Amino acid sequence: MEGNEEKIMTTALFEIIDKPIDVEEVRQKVLSRNAGAITLFIGTVREITNGKKTLHLEYQAYPAMAIKMFEQIAKEIQEQWPEAQVAITHRVGHLDISDIAVVIAVSSPHRKIAYMANEYAIDRIKQIVPIWKKEHWEDGTEWIGDQLENVPYPQGKPSILEEENRD
Amino acid sequence: MINILLFAHLQEAVGESQLTVDLSDVTVAQIKEWLEKHYPQLSLQQMMTAINEEFATDATMVKSGDTIAFIPPISGG
Repeated sequence: MEGNEEKIMTTALFEIIDKPIDVEEVRQKVLSRNAGAITLFIGTVREITNGKKTLHLEYQAYPAMAIKMFEQIAKEIQEQWPEAQVAITHRVGHLDISDIAVVIAVSSPHRKIAYMANEYAIDRIKQIVPIWKKEHWEDGTEWIGDQLENVPYPQGKPSILEEENRD
Repeated sequence: MINILLFAHLQEAVGESQLTVDLSDVTVAQIKEWLEKHYPQLSLQQMMTAINEEFATDATMVKSGDTIAFIPPISGG
């Protein structure tokens, strides 16, 4: 336990990294003796989207602002569910099919809040965190965003259908 | 001097991730106009912006030394 606590002290809760994400490391950041539940969301690179085959993805971020927005999301979670603790790591650069793009860990005394706060976090990431993905297909490439008619305002909420397509 | 950050397709359209322009005390809307004049391939009217890492509006004033980032529709997660 002492080793774990040391790790928590020295590791940022919110990170943008360009190497594979260690899920266990993110989980450890939200460990708490008061927690009765930890939910982990693991976002992975899907091969087929709307019938089209992805070869790989490239993610780009505005890191300084992305970290600020992760902190903003954590603040919003704290306001709604004061006992929840959250940690988020997003990967950038070249990702292959099934690679992990994002990991969100939420701990709370009871499971329901851990589930709700985790879903809230991924929904908000897709709205306010400046990260972009470029699809690489067999017949070309494209930065995703415009073509999905994403609402280009932070307070705008994407449609449910769009969310499903983008997960 | 105002520092401009470009991402995703904007970065590819201009061929630079960062520009420095000799402007100060202008609005976000005026910077958009300036950029569209110099880079006709850009379309920035509906583009989200951030000043010094905080979301801004077209009416937000930008001072010398500020960093303005153009944020295309995001697709993280």
